[in-house]
Amino acid sequence: MTATLPERPAAAASSSSIVPVGAAVAFRSVVKEYAGHRALTGFDLDLGAGELVALLGPSGCGKTTALRSLAGLEAVTSGTVSIDGRDVVGVPTHRRDVGMVFQAYSLFPHLTVQQNVEFGLRMRRVARGERARRAAEMLDLVGLGDLGARYAHQLSGGQQQRVALARALVTRPRVLLLDEPLSALDAKVRVQLRDEIRRIQRELSITTLFVTHDQEEALAVADRVAVMRAGGIEQIGAPEELYATPATQFVAEFVGTSNRLRSEVVSGRVRLPGGEVPAVGVCADGPVWAYVRPEDVVFAERGLAGTVEQVSFRGATVRTVVRTTGDVLITLDHRADRRRAVGDGVCLAITAQAVAVAAID
Amino acid sequence: MSAVGRGTIRGSGPGAASPAARRAALVVIGLVFAVPIAAMVAFSLRSADGTGHDLGHWLALADPENGRAYRNLVEGVTNSLVLAVVTAVLVLVMLVPAMVLVHLRYPRLSRVLEFVCLVPITVPAIVLVVGLAPVYSVVARLLGSGAWTLALAYGVTVLPYAYRAVQSDLAATDLRTLTEASRTLGSSWLSTLVLVVVPSLRRGLLAAAFITVAVVLGEYTISSLLNRVTLQTSLVQISRSDPFAAVIVALLALAFAFVLLVVMGRVGSVGSARPAVPSSTSRKAHS
Repeated sequence: MTATLPERPAAAASSSSIVPVGAAVAFRSVVKEYAGHRALTGFDLDLGAGELVALLGPSGCGKTTALRSLAGLEAVTSGTVSIDGRDVVGVPTHRRDVGMVFQAYSLFPHLTVQQNVEFGLRMRRVARGERARRAAEMLDLVGLGDLGARYAHQLSGGQQQRVALARALVTRPRVLLLDEPLSALDAKVRVQLRDEIRRIQRELSITTLFVTHDQEEALAVADRVAVMRAGGIEQIGAPEELYATPATQFVAEFVGTSNRLRSEVVSGRVRLPGGEVPAVGVCADGPVWAYVRPEDVVFAERGLAGTVEQVSFRGATVRTVVRTTGDVLITLDHRADRRRAVGDGVCLAITAQAVAVAAID
Repeated sequence: MSAVGRGTIRGSGPGAASPAARRAALVVIGLVFAVPIAAMVAFSLRSADGTGHDLGHWLALADPENGRAYRNLVEGVTNSLVLAVVTAVLVLVMLVPAMVLVHLRYPRLSRVLEFVCLVPITVPAIVLVVGLAPVYSVVARLLGSGAWTLALAYGVTVLPYAYRAVQSDLAATDLRTLTEASRTLGSSWLSTLVLVVVPSLRRGLLAAAFITVAVVLGEYTISSLLNRVTLQTSLVQISRSDPFAAVIVALLALAFAFVLLVVMGRVGSVGSARPAVPSSTSRKAHS
């Protein structure tokens, strides 16, 4: 078997083989067509060295295609994809030096956990002793140091994905690609592994592209989130920025929960029950949709009158849906001690400091 | 299959047979197989004077002094074993890469491949020979008339069985993800095929190989009509002069096929028969 990828040297200063390996990544005007359908329509994205960017979007928006284009698993129709300034379009997958964790469990069933993790090192012709040492070290990093002798079918889903993560990282790839790695796991394991991925990514400073359709996941782990729609990026920014100031109606509705209220913009301020607040988003004076987050709506003495229609307990908070006298449904999140009963008459006020708006089509 | 799985399948649903009926069915089927085999064994143990039973015919077959008489039989057995190996290698080397390629890169062609592979089962051997006869005159000119050349024809006849065996394993394996994982780890296509695809499909490949061996050892029509000496043709020939030897060799061939099936089952289950670790325990400890 010919080893086709040179082994990347460990940083001399480090006593451990786990070394920071971040690389800058750039997509430029990438187009990908499948039988007349455009999955990517002039896709542009930059990832800084050591940055974790999440691609977030609904099914079919092109996020997985973008990730697979970077891995070399999909050939792009046009445009460039570069890693550390070098165009890798045309470079076969096995020479791109990327690590990838898949949505489906991808451990080789005939190999033990240890052998799975060593696989990439074997392809790079790393000496047997060094392979074993680095694989063991990486398994320790993901908390599975004592399971090296097991086979995939003897592991839980969460354990399998941890091994897949160790296997992807042990070769010190320049870029880590995560293709919805948590979607097959149950909720508790998902949150645990999500936090661990973030911890390890920070520890290694590895440039990471994380594809997900779960907004909570994207907002929780990413340095920046790129919201995708129809093959392009709708908005990219820090999670807080995206949540507080969505640039478009699509982002406002896709990221988090929003109440869409018919309102009016006058001189850059939007009129809401309870007063005027600055409008976020480019919009001329006139009627607009205002997007108000559930946590920015409170019960008040005066304001929008309505009747409680639905109450759902969510642990730390309670979500209440109120139908206003104008027949608009408004959702608000509040503490459990302010719980109302279905059928209660209430008044609502909006406490947002600024509100995203979009023109009414 | 787990015990729970088996229990579910055997469950006492509205259409399920009672245990007694199942046992009766097993006994009847067992008798259908056992009676002819027992008759063959009894026949092979009949003494030369016909009055009792002994191991005379078995010992005669193993006696080197009878080598001349059984020369044709030895040649037939040797040819069949060579043919079995060559056919298995030929079928696996040609079929598996084609199936993997279609599965991963050209899934639209899977129906066509399936049709092509299953067609031989619908063609009677006699018809196949009529078509193959002129082909073999060319083969003889190009490759000679060695016994192994019959593997080209046998490759066609075993194609449906080999295809089904590999296809069932292929359908049960997420080969796309495994090969993509392998490639992102720095493995070339060739390495991926050897180190990931073949081991992942080993049950199907073993099944295909063993079925091929079994079919080749039992094939008569093609070898007979193409005037080749194989196990089956030599059995027919020797049965005219020494029916005891023919029956003994037939019994040995049956035993060989049975051993093959057992080995297939045992080897195929390697990897899944390891002591399972309760997943709940694992989750508590590590997830």
